[in-house]
Amino acid sequence: MTPDLSSLVVDGLSVDYRTRRGRRTALADVGFRIERGESYGLVGESGSGKTTAALAIVRYLASNADITHGSVRLGGTEVLDLDSDGLRELRARRVAMVYQEPGRSLNPTMRVGVQVAEAFVAARGTGRPDPGSREVLDLFDRVGFGEADIIANRFPHELSGGQAQRVVIAMALAKRPELLILDEPTTGLDVQVEAAVLELVDELRQELDAAVLLISHNLPLVAARCDRVGVLQDGSLVEEGDASVVLSSPQHPYTRSLIDALPDIDRPKPAGIVRPDAPAIATVRDLHKSYGSVTAVDHLDLEIRQGEVLAVVGESGSGKTTLGRAVAGLTSHDGTVEIHGPAGQAHPVQVVFQSPDATLNPRRTVRRILDRSIRLLGGTDTVEQLVDRVGLGTDLLDRYPGELSGGQKQRVAIARAFAGPSSLVVCDEPVSALDVSVQARILTLLRELQVTTGVSYLFISHDLAVVRGLADRIAVMRNGRIVEIGDAEDIYTAPQHPYTQALLQAARHEPVTAPIGATDAL
Amino acid sequence: MTVTDVTPVVTNDGPPPQRVALQLLRRPTFAISAAILVFWVLAPIAVKILGLDPYEQAGDANLSPGGDHLLGTDNLGRDVLIRLLAGAGPILTVAPAATLLAAVLGTILGLVAGYRRGLVDDLLMRSFDILNAVPGIVAVLLVASAFGRSSFTIVLAIGVFFTPLIARTVRSAVLVEMGKQYVEASRTQGESTWRILVSELLPNVRPALVVEATIRLGYAIFVSAGLSFLNLGAQAPSPDWGLVVAQNRIFIQTSWWTVAFPALAIITLVVAINLIADNLREVLGR
Repeated sequence: MTPDLSSLVVDGLSVDYRTRRGRRTALADVGFRIERGESYGLVGESGSGKTTAALAIVRYLASNADITHGSVRLGGTEVLDLDSDGLRELRARRVAMVYQEPGRSLNPTMRVGVQVAEAFVAARGTGRPDPGSREVLDLFDRVGFGEADIIANRFPHELSGGQAQRVVIAMALAKRPELLILDEPTTGLDVQVEAAVLELVDELRQELDAAVLLISHNLPLVAARCDRVGVLQDGSLVEEGDASVVLSSPQHPYTRSLIDALPDIDRPKPAGIVRPDAPAIATVRDLHKSYGSVTAVDHLDLEIRQGEVLAVVGESGSGKTTLGRAVAGLTSHDGTVEIHGPAGQAHPVQVVFQSPDATLNPRRTVRRILDRSIRLLGGTDTVEQLVDRVGLGTDLLDRYPGELSGGQKQRVAIARAFAGPSSLVVCDEPVSALDVSVQARILTLLRELQVTTGVSYLFISHDLAVVRGLADRIAVMRNGRIVEIGDAEDIYTAPQHPYTQALLQAARHEPVTAPIGATDAL
Repeated sequence: MTVTDVTPVVTNDGPPPQRVALQLLRRPTFAISAAILVFWVLAPIAVKILGLDPYEQAGDANLSPGGDHLLGTDNLGRDVLIRLLAGAGPILTVAPAATLLAAVLGTILGLVAGYRRGLVDDLLMRSFDILNAVPGIVAVLLVASAFGRSSFTIVLAIGVFFTPLIARTVRSAVLVEMGKQYVEASRTQGESTWRILVSELLPNVRPALVVEATIRLGYAIFVSAGLSFLNLGAQAPSPDWGLVVAQNRIFIQTSWWTVAFPALAIITLVVAINLIADNLREVLGR
């Protein structure tokens, strides 16, 4: 073992958080090593300690965290022994971090060119930031901006999510780091942008011969991008090995559950029960909606049949959410949306929203929320029956939303949508804010409810893998129009439109061959 | 089938009310300020119950503090302490009444403006701009001198001029809440606008409202004491603090206690209420 060859050696790292309810162990005896030029993936669900590990390596932990044991050596330097000057030096020149939300890593009041120039100055320790300098513009060029000087002059809010993350990566690269830590760098970005960003990281790793630590909840994504992976569960490393081996033959049951929980893009929905001649439950004609000069939905026609799950797939900005909101009557629009619900159904369209934190009124207990919904929708269930249908215990009834987990909140939101008879449920990215294993259970619940009640779903998602096990038909949206619509089977096995093909490749973590991407995001 | 997705995490939105009270009382600045406020609320009541008379000549004029008269007597031989205790009465009637008026009007207008948006919102906000362009104290002075010097006109004047400030706060809190989907979920379930405003939005903007109203109460005390000082509020022989300070300021060289103690009383009350507002803001997380 020659320590100078290894870029990062983490050994027996244990971290505790001091909380009001006593000490809580976040990391217990975690050890792994990353060689130069190697990429290592750390996988786990929220609360598994993966972010704590990333923060501990550069000693960015919150003040209530204690590193109780272990060592972190970077190229032979013991990070845990560094004084504040040494740490500053380490963070400025040797380690770079890229976090989940690029918007928060950038100063909103400064042009991004200046921010990248500052990273150069910090790495050198002298000089003045010069956003027009050759090295800054070269770097912008390097991370894939065609018109470097135009982008450098923009403010962070003038960039898309993918562009902002590229700027953050450019800042990270300005110091030519030995170690690049990426903490969920593409969560919240579209699949195609995700593929492009990770592709870029790969290239740069080889070019700089840097060690890369990629942290994510998505095991297949990490396995496709990393040489080796480690799986974290409750602060312990339960499995480690070559990426392809871990993915294909997981040893630990937790790893297996993570893989099983992922929606499989090649596992279709069980035999459909929708007759192809089923009457329409909703008819959308010439729907048009624009915000200022931006067209969200562009003269769109669509029919949702009774009892079917119609998935609308597209990237952010494709207009899919606006379509869902128009169908649910939540936004004004041109054109018509007709709902052909049975007579006497007061509120035939219900919605399940994306964010579990915003979907429930925080000042009402679950019981009050559902009780009111049953009354409004004219349901016949009791509150107890209703929570049982969505797989929640009656002991949660008197809790406030703040006392529930994300998955539980989403179950309450689903219960609310099913509180009474309705014909169509608009599901707007209902699982994208949840951990993978919770995601799988919520999707199962949605499928069961759909089969037992026979309602139709308009299921909006950016993820083709998520809708695979659920959808009867799929509409692919781009720039406010439907570019392809058809039976799910046909879309997955024989996509016609190049854009659909590109989306599928990105979802399967294959290199994207089709020359189509969301131009504004790349 | 019962599934637990993840062990529930307690976050700090929507804390039960009893916990808020406990959290507040554990803070020393809140506990002390609340005690001061309670003291001034109870003081005039105690004066009544004990049958003390703030208007009667209790001893010689201009006695310095100590002895039978703890805080001395004024130029008419009235007990400064008794007048001080009784003087909390008028100020703690006018200011809270004005604040309540502003809170009720402001909440209604703020809720409507934030929920409706569009023309209604624009009209309300622009008229508030106009109202706020007039310096507050000048406007209140104008009303008070135009409609006579009664407590009622002062409550009305302060209340109306504080309304825009509260409405603005409520409106911006409503705008934040409108971005959350629980409001839209209520709409798709056919909840009436009235109920969305009152039972969905109002409980969620209440923390912001409570904080803003408490700050306004501090200002209202200040303004009403100021009006009394300018002889536009309470009239002699009322023990109102502002009035007492005004009447005795000519004696400040000879009998400082007749001015200092009521002035100090105004300060304690205003500071206490501001500290309460600060603590509320921190605990309620706004």
